[in-house]
Amino acid sequence: MHMADALLSPAVGGTMWAASAGAIIYCSRKLRQEMDGGKAPLMGVLGAFIFAAQMINFTIPATGSSGHLGGGLLLAVLLGPAAACITIASVLVVQALFFADGGLLALGCNIFNLGVLPACIAYPFIYKPLVGSAPSTTRITVAAMVAAIVGLQLGAFAVVLETVASGISALPLAAFAGLMQPIHLAIGVVEGLVTAAVVSFVYQARPEIIESVQQARLLGQTPLRKVLALFLGAALLTGGFVSWFASENPDGLEWAIAKVTGAEELAGPEQGLHARLAGFQASIAFLPDYTFKQSGQQPENKAGQESSLGSSVAGVVGGLLTLAMALLSGLFLRRRQRRVA
Amino acid sequence: MASITGAITEFRQLDLLANGNTSVHRIDARAKVLVTLAFILAVVSFGKYELAALFPFFLYPAVIMALGNLPVRHIARKILVVLPFALMVGMFNPLFDQTVLIRLGPLAVSGGWLSLASIMVRATLTVGAALILVAVTGFPAICHALDQLGMPRIFTVQLLFLHRYLFVLTEEGGRTARARELRAFGKKGLGWRSYGSLLSQLLLRTWLRAERIHLAMLARGFTGEFHPRRTTRFGTRDFLFLAGWSGLFLFFRLVNVSQLLGTIVTGGRG
Repeated sequence: MHMADALLSPAVGGTMWAASAGAIIYCSRKLRQEMDGGKAPLMGVLGAFIFAAQMINFTIPATGSSGHLGGGLLLAVLLGPAAACITIASVLVVQALFFADGGLLALGCNIFNLGVLPACIAYPFIYKPLVGSAPSTTRITVAAMVAAIVGLQLGAFAVVLETVASGISALPLAAFAGLMQPIHLAIGVVEGLVTAAVVSFVYQARPEIIESVQQARLLGQTPLRKVLALFLGAALLTGGFVSWFASENPDGLEWAIAKVTGAEELAGPEQGLHARLAGFQASIAFLPDYTFKQSGQQPENKAGQESSLGSSVAGVVGGLLTLAMALLSGLFLRRRQRRVA
Repeated sequence: MASITGAITEFRQLDLLANGNTSVHRIDARAKVLVTLAFILAVVSFGKYELAALFPFFLYPAVIMALGNLPVRHIARKILVVLPFALMVGMFNPLFDQTVLIRLGPLAVSGGWLSLASIMVRATLTVGAALILVAVTGFPAICHALDQLGMPRIFTVQLLFLHRYLFVLTEEGGRTARARELRAFGKKGLGWRSYGSLLSQLLLRTWLRAERIHLAMLARGFTGEFHPRRTTRFGTRDFLFLAGWSGLFLFFRLVNVSQLLGTIVTGGRG
């Protein structure tokens, strides 16, 4: 469910970065207020635990495919929402940097989808009320199941929204959602089962771990209304920001350039550098007249088409050349480095 | 299991590469983090059908890999492992987007195929940039750089802790999983019930370990912060590195170098 950089527009990526950075700063503040010193190494080691657990697979009954733990909800149950959010974010950072899961721009999306949603929404608003003040195995199982499913549905839908808002993938919203939501319903059931199993086990073996978090009311103290208002505000802001970007201009950088230069685009190919270079083009061109001439099916009024054809051929040739030059310069530098060494 | 051991090895290799001492390794981590961000932003800011204009950006990974003495094949393999994920979402583009955008002689290329190719090139570039950043900087240095750039201290400490215990925990997880595999007689694990208690056991052991670690750290005067061994100064070289590459990315973003070069070479009327 990791988002990838390649499918993300800068506007969406940037907005989600801002959202996740805000969440991390908020959770850090919360945590600093509550910090009992033991939590720092505990969070670190549990992050490593989630990391390891995600690599151990198990067979999903009746399907033959295998699944693994996501861990967002489990961490929230063990550590409380703020610490869980930070821990998952750290795991995602490591995965993005070392295993290239997702990517750096997509990190904001991933932290939000896999960390903030399960830890700060599914846990406090679904798991906690369902478990109540006196946890029992049945209550834990039901609560974990419902919270995991809701958390993953939210996360999957967030992935769909982020991808569609970016507009790089051509998948329509309904088709993509129709693909993602059922798959993540199954994944949510598995996540719920495993989370319930682990939490019940820990509750029987060391009840004080679960109870201490149950009593420490990290987010619980904030009234529900306030939190909901905050999220509504953030959603409106995000929606407005993204749609404004999306409608005004396909990408943020172009918009920024237009602001800086006062022009829609910098000097186009016709007037700018290209035209000046055209003078000595003929002498340099080692593939003269390589632009494909139309075979004459449409004898007239194809100037525009032809020039677009020419430009696309030039694009292909130039692209390959540039690629070769980029790689060759790397090769050259490496040779030289070896000689020096 | 092979996957867990493999993951640990991969992990170690990237960490080992970061121990190098080339001119790129010596650049301040902040400059490298910011250049990587500028690179990724420039690459992803192109329109969905842009392909040729992306090629000049290969210059950055090529140069850094050469100067940083990174094993090309190793990095390339790591990128290849991740590409299928981008392909999974991108492969629907040719289905939904069939308007023909380019004709190369008899070959008609639809917008969907073009954007799919663009997605794959983007994925290669962005994933490569992130891996290269770690390989020439090292994870702890990146954490300290982010800390200096304003990341909350708690998050820095968390990242450093995580990095430190990742090896211990993945190895323990690998051993546990191997023990289960040996008792599963060729089946893929033993179902979710045994998976649940396996994870629970691992978790309880992890918890006890964390308590021991905390006591040991308190005994050594831990106050909630890590102190980096070497303090770095943001010098002229670092500034030039940052300004130079960022400027180049901006240039590549504004001027379609591939198109320009192609026009010159083919003598076309672009």
